[in-house]
Amino acid sequence: MSRRIARSYIYGWLLLMPAAIFLIAFTYYPTVATLAKSFYSQGTFLKPSHFIGLDNFASLLDDDVFWKVARNNVIYAIGTIPISIALALLMAIWVNGRLPMKSLARMCYFTPTILPMIAVANIWLFFYSPDIGLLDQISRVFGFPSHNWLGDPNTVLGCIIVITIWKEAGFFMIFYLAALQTLPPELEEAARLEGASRWYYFRRVMFPLLMPTTLFVLINAVINSFKLVDQLFILTKGGPDNASSLLLYYIYEVAFSFLDQAYASTLTVVLLAVLALIAVGQFFFLDKRVHYQ
Amino acid sequence: MSGMNRHRGWSFHLETAAAWALAVLWLLPLMYAFWSAFHPPEYATRFELFAPLSLDNFKIAWKQAPFARYFLNTFILVTTILAAQFVLCTLAAYAFARFEFPGKSIAFVFVLLQLMIMPEVLIVENYVTMSKLSLVDTIAGIGLPYMASAFGIFLLRQTFKTIPKELEDAARVEGCSRLQILWKVYVPLARPTYVAYGLVSVSYHWNNFLWPLIITNSVSTRPLTVGLAIFGAPESGVDWSIITAGTLLAVAPLLVAFLLFQRQFVQSFMHAGIK
Repeated sequence: MSRRIARSYIYGWLLLMPAAIFLIAFTYYPTVATLAKSFYSQGTFLKPSHFIGLDNFASLLDDDVFWKVARNNVIYAIGTIPISIALALLMAIWVNGRLPMKSLARMCYFTPTILPMIAVANIWLFFYSPDIGLLDQISRVFGFPSHNWLGDPNTVLGCIIVITIWKEAGFFMIFYLAALQTLPPELEEAARLEGASRWYYFRRVMFPLLMPTTLFVLINAVINSFKLVDQLFILTKGGPDNASSLLLYYIYEVAFSFLDQAYASTLTVVLLAVLALIAVGQFFFLDKRVHYQ
Repeated sequence: MSGMNRHRGWSFHLETAAAWALAVLWLLPLMYAFWSAFHPPEYATRFELFAPLSLDNFKIAWKQAPFARYFLNTFILVTTILAAQFVLCTLAAYAFARFEFPGKSIAFVFVLLQLMIMPEVLIVENYVTMSKLSLVDTIAGIGLPYMASAFGIFLLRQTFKTIPKELEDAARVEGCSRLQILWKVYVPLARPTYVAYGLVSVSYHWNNFLWPLIITNSVSTRPLTVGLAIFGAPESGVDWSIITAGTLLAVAPLLVAFLLFQRQFVQSFMHAGIK
C-alpha cells in the first residue's frame, strides 16, 4: 500500500514537471526577478547596475507621468467595467429571450470578440479622424464643428473607453448567456403568476442568481483594464501628452523606447501589486465553490 | 423574456428595436471596413449607393506587405502553441485530477496565479530571458511564455474530474499503464473541452499583439497582427481603402471560421467560461 502511495507521488510530480518548468521560467522567475530589479539602478556602460534600495520607488512617486498614467488607468477601468458588464447582461437577456432572429443578433454582439484589437483599431481610427471620419460626418449633419477626437486630451481617453466597451461587452455576454441557460424556466413562470413585473423579477430573482457570474466577469474586466492596451499602439501611442497612456503601455515605453529596465521593473511591481490586490479580493469575496469547486 | 409578453405590446417592440439598434452598432465598424475595402479609394469616406465595386485594394495591400509570410508565421505560431498547450496542460491536469502527492494544493494555487500574472505583465523580464536564450526574433520566443497555460490546466482538470473513476480502474485491470489510460480514456472523453479550449486559444493567439511586437523584429517571424500594425501606421502613408483591405485580409480566416462555425465558437467560449 505505501509503495502505491509513493508511486502516486512520483507520478504526480512527473506529470506536473513539464508545465512546472515552463511556469517557473516564464511566470515565477520573472516575477521574482522584476521585484529584485526594482531595487537596482539601471546599468550603463560606464556605471554598472548597483543596489539603490527604494530610490526607484522614490522617483516613481516624483514621476508626473506615472501619476497621470495611473489616473488614466483608474478612469479607464471605471469607464469600461460597469458599462460593458451592464451591456453584456442586457445582450444576454435579449439573446436568451424571444428576440426575433436572435442568433443573428448574438453573432453581431459576439463578432468584436474574435477580431484582433489591432485590426479593429485600424477601423475605429477612421471613425475618429477629423473632418472625413464618420463621427465628424455625423456631427456635421447636426451642425457641430469638426473635432479632433484623438488629438484632444479631453476626449481621447473617452474614445479609447468606447472601443474597449465595444470589444468586451460581447465577450462578457457569453458568460451571462451560459448562466441564464441554467436558470430554471419555472422561476420566471412562477414570478409571472404572482403578478411580478419584469423589472421586479430581474431585480429580486434573476440578478441575485447571476451574482457569481457577475463577480467572475467583474474580475475578468478588472484584469483586462490593466491588460488591454493594444489599441493605443494604433490610435494614439499614449498621446497627446500621455492623455491616453495606460500603465502597461507606459511600462512598454519605459522598457523598450527609453530602455530603462530598472524603472520599467519598478512600474511592473506596481502592476503586480494591483493584480495581487485583485487576487486577494477575489479570494475573500468570491464564493470559492463557484469556480474552484 | 418568454411568457411575459403574451400581448407583444409596445414595450416588446421597443426592446426589439433597441436590441437590433445595438446589434447594428456593434457590426458597424466591420461593415464600414467592407465598404471601404471593396470600393475605389475616392469612395472611402463617401457613401453612395451605386459606388462601383473593386478588388484593387486587396491586390495592392497584398503586394505592399508580405501578408503571405505573415499568414505563415501566425499559422506556425498558433499551431505550435496549441500543440504544446495540449501536451503540457493534459499532463498537469491529469496529475491534479487523479493523483495524490505532497504539495498538490499549493502547486495548484501557484498554477492559478498565472491567471492573474499573465505573460503580458512580465514583458520586461521575459524579454531579458529570451535574449539570454537567444530566442529574440524567433517564433519559439513568441510562443514559449504561453505554453504552460493555467487556464488550460484548470479547464482540463475540471473535465477529468467528472470522468468516472471506474473507467480508469477497468482500463488498469486490462493492463494499461497510467499514460495509456490518459491517452485512451481521459483524452477521448474530454474531446469537447479540447475543442473549446483550442478555439479559445487559437483566437487568442491569432489576435495577440503586445508580446509578439516586442519579441519580433523581422518579416520572417512577425505574426499578422504585428505586420498589420506596421502596414497601417500613418508613417507608412498607405491610404484608408488599402488599410481596411489589409485589415480584412488579416482577420478573414478567423472571421470566416467564426461565421461557418458560429454555434461551435459561442458554445466553446461558454464551455470554457463556466468551468
